[in-house]
Amino acid sequence: MNKNEPMQDVKNRRDGVLRAFVDSVPFHKFMGIDFERKGDELTAVMHYTPKLIGNPMVERLHGGGTAAFLESTAIITLAWRSIWSAMEAGEVDLAKLESGALPSLPKTIDITTDYLRPGLPRDAYARATVNRAGRRYASVHVEAWQDNREVLFAQATGHFLMPDVQKKP
Amino acid sequence: MAKPTPQEASFTEITPLCKALGMTVTDVGHGTATFSMPYDKALIGDPDTGVIHGGPVSALLDSVSGLAVIVHPENKSQTATIDLRIDYMRPAPAGENLTAHAEVYHTTRTVAFTRATAWGSDPDKPVAQATGAFVFDKKEATS
Repeated sequence: MNKNEPMQDVKNRRDGVLRAFVDSVPFHKFMGIDFERKGDELTAVMHYTPKLIGNPMVERLHGGGTAAFLESTAIITLAWRSIWSAMEAGEVDLAKLESGALPSLPKTIDITTDYLRPGLPRDAYARATVNRAGRRYASVHVEAWQDNREVLFAQATGHFLMPDVQKKP
Repeated sequence: MAKPTPQEASFTEITPLCKALGMTVTDVGHGTATFSMPYDKALIGDPDTGVIHGGPVSALLDSVSGLAVIVHPENKSQTATIDLRIDYMRPAPAGENLTAHAEVYHTTRTVAFTRATAWGSDPDKPVAQATGAFVFDKKEATS
């Protein structure tokens, strides 16, 4: 890493790579899911829209949508972690990524979502912690909150197959 | 197993996320439900293959399990998901509609336990399976 690299170049590279991953998945747009970055730390945001509601009588987020949000957070965080070293070493060609030549995303093996509180009709946030990332398998924990970071409304644990050992079609 | 009543069929219509994902109720029984969900390019999770994201599959399995709990003969109110585990067995075939079937396999006074499976055109090739625990409010025995 070049410690004297201009800050704007660093930001452009990191934000560009992150954007290429997030935008490559049409489902993120459908759900209003986006990612914010501070250094290497990602926070996923699910922007509230009325179609995310599951119980129209009391206006609460649909559990399936919440599960989808946590799964996306885990997958993008894993992909981001995998590309970080190569990206910082200048080995990632952003123009190629933007034109669609992205590494394959990790594949979900299983995910368990724990619904701690009803999701309110407003934006939701999530962060994923990679507890183990082996060559083939990764184990990830995700926490999601709305108003207060300490008050989780859902959490999930999932296992993922890392792309480098997946069979090429 | 029977065709859903208009009230049961309206479940996916009045639930905004189910409606946005195009789900329909095709069958309900005593603590069972079957849904269909069309393939839609907006739901793609793998741009290389056109396979849909795990998220809509989760939403489908959660929803169909939820209706199975609601139509359970001993249920007396609404429900909510406590916990849902999804196992992804193979990618959802690109371009194929998904079908999902759920059953309540056990209830206590306060909890309903569910199993659900989703598949594409071939029921022998499940795409994903789910086991769930749902909020349950059991009717009191009358005798």
